[in-house]
Amino acid sequence: MELFTEGEPIADTKAPDGPVEKRWETRRFEAKLVNPANRRKMTVIVVGTGLAGGSAAATLAEQGYQVRSYCYQDSPRRAHSIAAQGGINAAKNYRNDGDSVHRLFYDTVKGGDFRSRESNVHRLAEVSVNIIDQCVAQGVPFAREYGGLLDTRSFGGAQVQRTFYARGQTGQQLLLGAYQALERQIGLGNVEMHTRHEMLELVVVDGRARGIVVRDMVTGEISTEMADAVVLASGGYGNVFYLSTNAKGCNVTASWRAHRKGAYFANPCYTQIHPTCIPVSGDHQSKLTLMSESLRNDGRVWVPQNKDDDRAPRDIPEDERDYYLERIYPSFGNLVPRDIASRAAKNVCDEGRGVGPTKLGVYLDFSDAIDRLGRKAIEAKYGNLFEMYERITGEDPYQVPMRIYPAVHYTMGGLWVDYDLQSTIPGLFVIGEANFSDHGANRLGASALMQGLADGYFVLPTTIAHYLASGPREKVDASHPAAVQARREVEDRIARLLAVNGDRTVDSFHRELGQIMWEHCGMERSEAGLRKAIDEIRALREQFWQRVRVPGDGEGLNQSLEKAGRVADFFELAELMCIDALHREESCGGHFRAEHQTPDGEAQRDDDRFAYVAAWEFTGTGEPAVLHKEDLKFEYVHPTQRSYK
Amino acid sequence: MNLTLRIWRQSGPQDKGRMVTYPVDDVSPDMSFLEMLDVLNERLILSGEEPVAFDHDCREGICGMCGLMINGDAHGPQRGTTACQLHMRQFKDGETIDIEPWRARAFPVIKDLVVNRNAFDKIIAAGGYITAPTGSAPEAHAAPVAKANADAAFESAACIGCGACVAACPNGSGMLFTAAKVTQLSLLPQGQPERYTRVIGMVDAHDEAGFGGCTNAGECTAVCPKGIPLNTIGRLNRDYLTATAKRGDTPGS
Repeated sequence: MELFTEGEPIADTKAPDGPVEKRWETRRFEAKLVNPANRRKMTVIVVGTGLAGGSAAATLAEQGYQVRSYCYQDSPRRAHSIAAQGGINAAKNYRNDGDSVHRLFYDTVKGGDFRSRESNVHRLAEVSVNIIDQCVAQGVPFAREYGGLLDTRSFGGAQVQRTFYARGQTGQQLLLGAYQALERQIGLGNVEMHTRHEMLELVVVDGRARGIVVRDMVTGEISTEMADAVVLASGGYGNVFYLSTNAKGCNVTASWRAHRKGAYFANPCYTQIHPTCIPVSGDHQSKLTLMSESLRNDGRVWVPQNKDDDRAPRDIPEDERDYYLERIYPSFGNLVPRDIASRAAKNVCDEGRGVGPTKLGVYLDFSDAIDRLGRKAIEAKYGNLFEMYERITGEDPYQVPMRIYPAVHYTMGGLWVDYDLQSTIPGLFVIGEANFSDHGANRLGASALMQGLADGYFVLPTTIAHYLASGPREKVDASHPAAVQARREVEDRIARLLAVNGDRTVDSFHRELGQIMWEHCGMERSEAGLRKAIDEIRALREQFWQRVRVPGDGEGLNQSLEKAGRVADFFELAELMCIDALHREESCGGHFRAEHQTPDGEAQRDDDRFAYVAAWEFTGTGEPAVLHKEDLKFEYVHPTQRSYK
Repeated sequence: MNLTLRIWRQSGPQDKGRMVTYPVDDVSPDMSFLEMLDVLNERLILSGEEPVAFDHDCREGICGMCGLMINGDAHGPQRGTTACQLHMRQFKDGETIDIEPWRARAFPVIKDLVVNRNAFDKIIAAGGYITAPTGSAPEAHAAPVAKANADAAFESAACIGCGACVAACPNGSGMLFTAAKVTQLSLLPQGQPERYTRVIGMVDAHDEAGFGGCTNAGECTAVCPKGIPLNTIGRLNRDYLTATAKRGDTPGS
């Protein structure tokens, strides 16, 4: 059977023409406004309370809309944005080191390996400066210098210092800023907050997104919530790999349910494997922990020159070490972008030069930095990260080099959106990691926080108004046949999961799916491997629906049931990821096809054939998806082979 | 390692609840505490029993979702460490470990080890913010902040809202949590206009939510995984005193 068919091309019709630096201004002016009296009559649902969802919900409420916000955690403050460590980029040029909006735009398009939209990325770079102002006004305690001004540091893929940070807890501080703005609106009665609620279906009425079906995870109650527009800010899908740096609860269900209802899914194969994570310690491993990329500012990455060198790291003399990033990429050194650093680590481990008990690890060594700057300075910069490393591994990184290995961290793919961040379903907007739009095939460090907040604080509130202004729409309630149908689908699916009563746990299936994905759709992909993966995923999905055991019932808190629904959706997504990876016969960013590399092992793009966004339309579980191509045009940043040498 | 776990099981808010004993064998010292519970739950499911419900999410000590009383200590024996970051190498082979939920009037049990901490959100909604609607912000460098103040503000802002302070407090007080936010915002120039209304709003919400009063027992700071110091509560008290003195004042005085 064919794996997919090709349909009509798709185009972003919302980005205005004209000079790239004028497009957002033009769009803002041309977008219709909703007058304040009418805003009060309009309801917007926001799913997810991370940087994108939290900031969007707060801002929409400030503007006067009725907002309903949902999260699966017990508080909106816990969304996984909170775990982002390193920082947030902004083109403030406070260092006077040659930074500018144009340079941030350029670095991001290049960093994304020329697979993102110029219009979107330029807007992101423009808005970046407003984000810092906004967060400082909210009381986000960014790192400061002795003069009281904001400090910045370097991050991968850039030669300027444009990354603002709050020790190793930047995500936490930015999220708490958005959370506090959101709580203020909750206190004022402008946002109705629903914690421990999970979106399980999208309601589409006459072709427009008009509501969602949610399950109250405490009581088990299923309800249908209607609105004038729906915003998904439900994050990425890295947990399809089971082991990732995502929180345990992160899932694709909200996005996938929308995809099944007609929203195209773009570039699902673009996965970011982060180079600096703590290696897996055993079969019990439930998640992987990131060590911030900022550590590569001062840590040096190395492996022994010789295979199977089992000496302790301190016993290996300098001339028998291979500082391979500095050797291969002299101009960027240890600060090459994530995709490049990850693949280089894989290569040296494949050569048998990996370190640690599993040989799947490389050293990240701070001894030079400690000698140069003193232990105190390193403690001040990275103390919390060093402590975290020691708690997890039992080793002291001030004495022994850290061992690190790449792990799944972020997904650049997501629901397709136009310049207005609207999906292919009118009235359904997608923001933050859940959409696909700004990072191309590889995201640069400290750009996720920037994009989440850009979407939530500044972009969506403008563009959603344009959509709402074209209303008001006909009033519909939960008794509409489409809403009743959506609710029935949710109830049936829960009943089906509970009825199997088989002999394997949900986690055992999830772990097996993750192994298939990591082996065949991870750091390196090949045609044979992907075809094998697709067969294995399909077979495992069938097994899942025959053998899974979900104890208990749907009437109350049932964590196995929650996981089962999420894993069922991961199965379908995993297949699409492999199909997308198989069809993209080139290497770009986080997508590395073994068949497509330069003689020295770098990613070999094929711009003639693949300079497009692959937007997939759902046709049925296991049915061939339909590919819609959106051509990418580069008017300002000319595609070249990305070189960090 | 072989362990004996005694775990609080409670089917719902109305159930009385009880401790149930489970032997767990073959525990690796490299497992995290929650991974050890995962192993137990996998076995319970396969043997036809209900798994133990517990809250967790990021498993890297920052989201604040996990929270367990382990042998009577909030987050267990290792200082400065959340339950999800606690590893089994902290325990001895053959040990018996008691695992219970946070117990506080303001945090009712939902099921097993899962409690409702919405009261914390209510405290924040009552003033734990700086009013700065999107778009209204001045240039970030318009108001420099002395590094010492910025660093101290950061120290308080590190609170993850896990609730260990409440669980450890003999009075079930949420004062360390409240004070951490009050301190962060009152140390920053941006936080000054609302400084005194904030502290009153937050303390009132704290009391209404059913938290007890602070008697300086200091248990909160001892268990705080982020090391929020006890003197934060002193700062809150100072602001609160000033605020109550000012309450009847005319603006500008």
